[in-house]
Amino acid sequence: MLRYFLTRLAGAVPTLFFIVTITFFLVRAAPGGPFDQERTLPPEIMANLQDAYGLDQPVFTQYARYLGALLHGDFGPSFRYQDFSVSELIGQGFPVTLELGSLALLLALGLGIPLGVVAALRRNRAADYAAISLAVIGIAFPTFVVLPFLGLVFGIHLHWLPVAGWEPGSPSHLVLPVIALALQPLSVIARLVRASVIEVLRSQFIRTALAKGLPPHVIILRHALRPALLPVAGFLAPAVASVMTGSLIVESIAGLPGIGRYLVQGALNRDYTLVMGMVVVYSALLIGMGLAVDLLYAWLDPRVRLAP
Amino acid sequence: MNALRADAVLRLRSNRGAMLALYLVLAVVVCTLVGPWLNPNRGETLDISHVATQPGLEGAHWFGTDRLGRDLFVRTLEGTRLSLAVGLLAGAVSMLIGIGYGAIAGYFGGRTDAVMMRIVEMMSGLPLIFFVIFLTVIFGRNEYLLFLSIGAVGWLTMARIVRGQTLSLRRREFIEAAIVSGAGAGRIIRTHVIPNAIGPVIVYATLTVPEIIMFESFISFLGLGIQEPRASLGTLIAAGATEMEAAPWMLLVPGGILAVLLLCLNIVGDGLRDALDPRAPV
Repeated sequence: MLRYFLTRLAGAVPTLFFIVTITFFLVRAAPGGPFDQERTLPPEIMANLQDAYGLDQPVFTQYARYLGALLHGDFGPSFRYQDFSVSELIGQGFPVTLELGSLALLLALGLGIPLGVVAALRRNRAADYAAISLAVIGIAFPTFVVLPFLGLVFGIHLHWLPVAGWEPGSPSHLVLPVIALALQPLSVIARLVRASVIEVLRSQFIRTALAKGLPPHVIILRHALRPALLPVAGFLAPAVASVMTGSLIVESIAGLPGIGRYLVQGALNRDYTLVMGMVVVYSALLIGMGLAVDLLYAWLDPRVRLAP
Repeated sequence: MNALRADAVLRLRSNRGAMLALYLVLAVVVCTLVGPWLNPNRGETLDISHVATQPGLEGAHWFGTDRLGRDLFVRTLEGTRLSLAVGLLAGAVSMLIGIGYGAIAGYFGGRTDAVMMRIVEMMSGLPLIFFVIFLTVIFGRNEYLLFLSIGAVGWLTMARIVRGQTLSLRRREFIEAAIVSGAGAGRIIRTHVIPNAIGPVIVYATLTVPEIIMFESFISFLGLGIQEPRASLGTLIAAGATEMEAAPWMLLVPGGILAVLLLCLNIVGDGLRDALDPRAPV
């Protein structure tokens, strides 16, 4: 297990290093500097600015400094949000994004798995049709259509929930964003679980359990569920990625102050350091989650870690 | 091979859902090509007397107008056409790259294969959507960049599929026969490997197109893709989302068309997979 973990880690670290390097040199290759404005600045001020941000140093010195600062969790100052460092902005936004994302994932798992199981047990009955229609919605309606539509129905027409905005400690502002974010992974999970439960129920050990006279719920919960959930564990990493990209959209539409919104605004404002920091943070998160999921998978399924 | 292909067509034809989806996609394509000419309005004309009008016959604004008085029937169809064009073009680009890359890696095998697939693995670990956003920040918003970055996202899975196919074809007798008769690697890949690997390629290509349409809409929705005054489904949905209280049709029309396209293309892809799978019963 430890050896498996170390090989996976040895793959992840260079990838992250590669991302940091690429983003750094792409920014330096960008046409125009970060202080280009309509009004040209006096050369003294320009020189001061360059000095303050360390831009007058040779590229490799800058690169070494950036790497060193990154190791201390310092992403440098934001070019547009004055008096804020990128780390401060990320620190402010991250709890919101984390709350949004983890609630959406929990909803997707908590609803998707039971729905898939019930759909598999009662094929061509109501639950099955619910799972199928959910899958259709998940395929056909991307987050950026679902969320405004939910807002239209539940916010504007029914006045049940706020359409957008954010108040700390007010869960009602999170309901629609979480639902919209959960829908896509939820539909995939329900479909995966349905298919794998159907397959597992055909296997020999289930027949044995039936022949022993075990009651159905014991067969499902104790014997069928664990192997049937393997594909879901495999899907967790893509699910995290989908929730993270979805949160860009959701935070922008619903006006939630998470890091996704900073990324989009930073991109629109051409705030280099902010976007760089965000790309690194998102990559690190994704790679870290991928690693965690691989470990979980290996723990669940010995065939994975024993494979050469 | 021909008999197999005929069987596949037969199986696809007997799949009613897939055929219906296929006809729907074709109908949307025809509409986007012909539709704008059937309506007297032009997509970029501002009709000041009909601002944010509901769908109806008034002023021939069949899908209504937006806040600037632009006709949404024409704009939606033109936007759908652009989204479809991006999907097909970027899909074709990523398919070509993926086939070439995968076939070379699979055919030569050994160290070449290991290095090439390691690169694919590394790239698929990257959060590409963030990378595309990052590129738009650096190089400005630009449609060619959009095509390029979408193409770069799409080819990875295709390369994996083609490589897998090629690896299994590589050991077959007819390839050995071709090598013995002195055919070069390029020729073998072109005339023997690729035509035999084409089934899964077609299936995956059909499934890539909706994925790319979704990706383009996503980027355009954020304001980083297609720019005003041009419209794609993503920009129309973004505009509709901000106006949904006063003018819900601005969201519902492009959202509905995107949903139909995504759903139908996925159904066609699944139908093709079933049809091309030789294990499936006729």
